Amino acid sequence: MLEIQGVTLETEGAKGVEILKNINLKFYDKKIYVITGPNGGGKSSLAKILMGIYNPTSGKILLNEQDITQTSITERARMGIGYAFQSPPRFKGIKVKDLLKMAAAHNPEKLNTCDLLYNVGLCAQDYLERDVDASLSGGEMKRIEIATVLARNLKIAVFDEPEAGIDLWSFQKLAETFKNIHLKYDTTIVIISHQERIMQLADEIILMSNGTISAQSERDVILAGILKNENCLCSTNCEKGVGQNAECVG
Amino acid sequence: MLNALDKQMLEKVADLHEIPQGAFNIRKNGVGVQRNTTANIDIVTKKDKSGIDVIIKPYTKGESVHIPVIVTEENINDVVYNTFEIGEYSDVEIIAGCGIHNCGTHTSQHDGIHTFYVRKGAKVKYVEKHYGQGDGKGQRILNPKTIIEAEEGSYTELELIQIKGIDRTIRDTEIRLMGNAKLVVTERLLTYQDQEAQSTINVELLGVDSSAQIISRSVAQDNSKQDFYFDLIGRNKGRGHIQCDAIIMHNAQVHSTPKISAYHSEAQLVHEAAIGRIESEQLIKLMSMGFSEKEAEDTILDGFLK
Repeated sequence: MLEIQGVTLETEGAKGVEILKNINLKFYDKKIYVITGPNGGGKSSLAKILMGIYNPTSGKILLNEQDITQTSITERARMGIGYAFQSPPRFKGIKVKDLLKMAAAHNPEKLNTCDLLYNVGLCAQDYLERDVDASLSGGEMKRIEIATVLARNLKIAVFDEPEAGIDLWSFQKLAETFKNIHLKYDTTIVIISHQERIMQLADEIILMSNGTISAQSERDVILAGILKNENCLCSTNCEKGVGQNAECVG
Repeated sequence: MLNALDKQMLEKVADLHEIPQGAFNIRKNGVGVQRNTTANIDIVTKKDKSGIDVIIKPYTKGESVHIPVIVTEENINDVVYNTFEIGEYSDVEIIAGCGIHNCGTHTSQHDGIHTFYVRKGAKVKYVEKHYGQGDGKGQRILNPKTIIEAEEGSYTELELIQIKGIDRTIRDTEIRLMGNAKLVVTERLLTYQDQEAQSTINVELLGVDSSAQIISRSVAQDNSKQDFYFDLIGRNKGRGHIQCDAIIMHNAQVHSTPKISAYHSEAQLVHEAAIGRIESEQLIKLMSMGFSEKEAEDTILDGFLK
């Protein structure tokens, strides 16, 4: 179980901006969580805190009751936490097959790198020898990124907007793949997403906006709420949605 | 004739584990020590100066020539002139490596001046690896000069590699391309400690539809210094692309001056130069896969210089 206790994240400097405000969350084993909400709400920042890329200003992170708040990225990775970047970095001189081999290196199960690529909708023959560099499109990079996380046997796998850049046809395959990791390994999956079809996979949906959790409940409850809700999730008081005939003034 | 150290150096410099197949000429400490020629490839010692003529008959296909140079003593100053005649429509590989082993206090230096005549339609891959070792204070210096006259329809590929080992190097490469001649140059350089490296590459696109692609990647560590000068001149309809990428670390210095000059309205020339530290996102990605920061750094540098 991964627990987040009272985590706050503030930017440095005199006018520190509070990105995350007193977040308390429990992620139980083998469940799928989807974190959703408006852009700028703190979702990616929370994901980076889980991986250790950002350190919280205050609060604790506990993995199976062990305090890992000060643990490095490398250590957390070795403990079984994985993260698929929203914008994966490109390299020079590293091929897709090299990256996948590095990712799968500590997985006791012998994985077939071709299968890994198939599960993210890429043909192994076309991609294994490609460089993970500027020659790959955004969507291709995204899928390879997801494959590097799927290659590992993880306790917690965090996917930051995995759907961005994936075409409609591959999307179905991706959604199936998420469902399958869940069945195959005992991984707790945390997905940041705006896609209803990904939310359909969730056991629990967490709504984040403005650095706080505005709602957290089982999937069906939240989904029903989002679809029915006419109120905007952002905090700004604006005229939109108030009246059908609202006019611009000035 | 070749002792254990010689064999080790040959392996490092030219990946040779045994006497090579095909034509070869091994030079040790300023003297040619072993040679083999084939029906299609002849090697002749020059009469007027130190060096060899390598003559490859037209239409020779699939053969290779190894011409490694090793210096295993201190206080050597070896200057060598090699001329390569690569016959029309041949397709060959030339592996020239140079390794210096210096455990003494005096300098060991080798200056090789290589002139290539790549004849019509010929295809040549030239690999030059520089290597240095030894725990003495004596410097290890290599100054290669390469001149290539590439005739119509020829294809020339140069692979120039120097990773650590060499204290000072001034590398000079001059290439002239005729009609439909193609050139690909890949340069890989890593300097550390107090090493200094200077590399000048001048390419002239003289013939119609000639093309050149130059990719230079280097890593400068510790207090080392790197200077790059690229000059791509388009005198006719043709395309040229120079890309130089350097990773700078610690207290090193890197100066990169890519220059492109067009003398013809249909010359298309591009140069891209970038110098920067290792990107933190790359490090974080690898660390998030379980690599330590040092392992991540080594992986990124190994890939960069591959």
